[in-house]
Amino acid sequence: MKNLKKIVSVLFSAILLFSATTSSSVAIDKLHFVIGGGAGGGWDGTARGTGEALTKAGMLSSASFENMSGGGGGKALAYMINTKPANTVLVQSTPLVLRSITRHKGYVKGSGTLSYKDVVPIAGVIGDYGAIAVAKSSSFKNFKDVVNAYKKDPNSVKMAGGSVRGSMDHLIGALAFQAAGADPNAVQYIPYDAGGKALAGLLSGETQIISTGLGELMGARDQVRIIGITAPSRVSDAPDAPTLKEQGYDVQFVNWRGFFGPPGMSNADRAAIAKMLGDVQKTPEWETVRARNAWVNIYNPEGKFVSFLEKQTQEMTALMKKLGVI
Amino acid sequence: MIEGILIGLTTALTFQNILMVMIGCFFGTIIGMLPGLGPMTAIALMIPITYGFDPATGLILMAGVYYGAVFGGSTSSILLNAPGVPGTVATSFDGYPMAQQGKAGKALAIAAWSSFAGGTLSAIYLLFMAPSLSKVSLSFRSPDYFALMILGLTAIAAFSSKGQFLKAMMMVVLGLMLASVGQDSLSDITRFTFNNMNLTDGISFVLVVMATFAMSEALTIILKRNDPTSAAKQVSLTELGSIKINKEERTKMYKTIPRSSVIGFLIGVLPGAGATIASFLAYGMERNVVSDEEKEKFGKGSVNGLSAPETANNAACSGSFVPMLTLGIPGSGTTAVMLGALLGFGVQPGPRLYMTNPEIFWSIIMSMYIGMVILLILNLPLIPYIARILAVPKNYLIPLILFFSVTGIYVMSFNNFDIYLMIGIAVVATFLRLYDFPMPPLILAFVLGGLMEENLRRSLLLSNGSWEFLWDRTLTACILATTILIVVWHIYKTFRKKN
Repeated sequence: MKNLKKIVSVLFSAILLFSATTSSSVAIDKLHFVIGGGAGGGWDGTARGTGEALTKAGMLSSASFENMSGGGGGKALAYMINTKPANTVLVQSTPLVLRSITRHKGYVKGSGTLSYKDVVPIAGVIGDYGAIAVAKSSSFKNFKDVVNAYKKDPNSVKMAGGSVRGSMDHLIGALAFQAAGADPNAVQYIPYDAGGKALAGLLSGETQIISTGLGELMGARDQVRIIGITAPSRVSDAPDAPTLKEQGYDVQFVNWRGFFGPPGMSNADRAAIAKMLGDVQKTPEWETVRARNAWVNIYNPEGKFVSFLEKQTQEMTALMKKLGVI
Repeated sequence: MIEGILIGLTTALTFQNILMVMIGCFFGTIIGMLPGLGPMTAIALMIPITYGFDPATGLILMAGVYYGAVFGGSTSSILLNAPGVPGTVATSFDGYPMAQQGKAGKALAIAAWSSFAGGTLSAIYLLFMAPSLSKVSLSFRSPDYFALMILGLTAIAAFSSKGQFLKAMMMVVLGLMLASVGQDSLSDITRFTFNNMNLTDGISFVLVVMATFAMSEALTIILKRNDPTSAAKQVSLTELGSIKINKEERTKMYKTIPRSSVIGFLIGVLPGAGATIASFLAYGMERNVVSDEEKEKFGKGSVNGLSAPETANNAACSGSFVPMLTLGIPGSGTTAVMLGALLGFGVQPGPRLYMTNPEIFWSIIMSMYIGMVILLILNLPLIPYIARILAVPKNYLIPLILFFSVTGIYVMSFNNFDIYLMIGIAVVATFLRLYDFPMPPLILAFVLGGLMEENLRRSLLLSNGSWEFLWDRTLTACILATTILIVVWHIYKTFRKKN
């Protein structure tokens, strides 16, 4: 009984801790982060890491976090749109653009599709480039070898990825093949339910190449050869990984992570938060968090962020149509 | 290797690292006992704290939480039929009936010793075979995983004795149906979500377990409170708390533990499986090898049936470090979080880890031995007290179980919908229980069904739609042949008994 009581009190305090919310104030000195997924995921790490850097650097007096799982982030998005909470930002990433394109309709009161246009884009803060890799023992030395083998026999190249057809992992590989003049829809994509499983599939020999985020591959760098990344130039964390661009394939793709405000957020608040997110990247506190997570700083505020999202939407719409997923 | 062991021991035996093992094990045990909260969440929240530690120290702490949670999860499985972590679901199949017979202390002791033995034996396997084990990790392809899941389904036989066959099969179908809700595993299409966003991610395994086990058990007890046959038997507290394992039971465990630890460890090494699958497979396999007399006891408080999954889940836990450390491949959410932390420390996993960071590799293995001893010391003396939970009057205990089920699910997703869904499933499950439908086949089908479908369809994609993958690879063919042998053997025996 004593034990149970203890457990009850621990649990209660844990719940209180998790659901602590901030009250609104005039100047932005407290921020509440809404996270559309559970603890330990990519969104969770981005929000908590950013909040930690902002408070430690003295830019915020406090940051609070709220995990709201459901519908692949859609639940949190609907919450932002429907309740318009003050002093609250939502963490999101490229899948928001993809879901804006596909069919997640009818989850908000009234009409319309859930889209980044329904919330206020504040700034993109970090990103992960896409990467194509082969097993160390593979005969493919660069992306050109892969394309040649594919052109000879499309069945000889099977491409693993850590998520479903039409997902970001699929699109990264499809973009590369499209740039090489191949029909992206004819490339055989083999989906797995996590990046780690896709990696195991590649190394077990059941697929020949993998298409995923560069970050997914960092742990297995001794086992794989990265033959093309979707960055404009080589990145310092993986200097020996060539870009697709330098091999003559004009492919650029970044899986951004950034923050969004509720609809109707004032321009002043938006500008203040965007500036804060940019300024924090110059602090040592941010650098600590960044290095711990091996993030790539890609700061993209307000209007620039919006035009980037528009461009990504156009590119992805065209590609997804070709792939037949929309 | 001896050099490595020495390096590992000197690192693991520093005051700071022993302290970390203790903290990790203690914290993990608590997290494990609480339904809903799992090791993955705990470790994710812990990462900012470990930053600034030595990489070995940080990993020792996280590993401690991980196997501590699997160790502690069995307690709530056995006492309350409310598995604390997914890996201990199979523990409740025989642990809970045993506790209901007034042998809660004994059940907890068997679970503790089995976990200890499973963890220690697998640390020994790790020590001797880790370099070659990375090949085992990569030897399994999608068709082999598919075959493995089919083999796992044969464990259903364990719950279909005495005219229950049809009911067990119906529960299997229900489990498979529940597993198909949500986004399709290979394409962007959602199934059976009724346009409800809360269902697009599918139904979580923990939710189904909490609803069909803990909650519906509590509801059944309430409904049957006036039923004289199931009136709570008054058991003496000394009997309830007794942790004595008699010689006969010990003999059984001596046989179960070695074979279950090997199965658990090997399944743990595979990136596509994990502790939950390992415990189910060990449970099913155990039933296939024990005597006919013992077989009858499965699901009703069998010692072998309790010891097998408890050994296997801890063994799988150690096994899952193989692909993470030697290949940089995370096989589960928990190891993915740990891999992220490892990279954050600036440590590159891979075959060269022995050379580049021997102290990390060996000290983790060494800390596992220490951790197992600590867990045993931590758990055994507490058993008589913990077991007394069952002596708490039912009108206090039942509301508490219901409370923990609801809060446990809520802190996992922070989504109210999950609570309603759980209550709905629990009500249906309670009805089914009243008509003697067994719940374990549903759980087994739910967990294996999703993986089975995914691997089958991936195999078909890989072989361009041809079914040849079923016999193309020796490994696939062997696993499928074993499955057929087991089924034929069962049918033959049933047939012979009838005549």
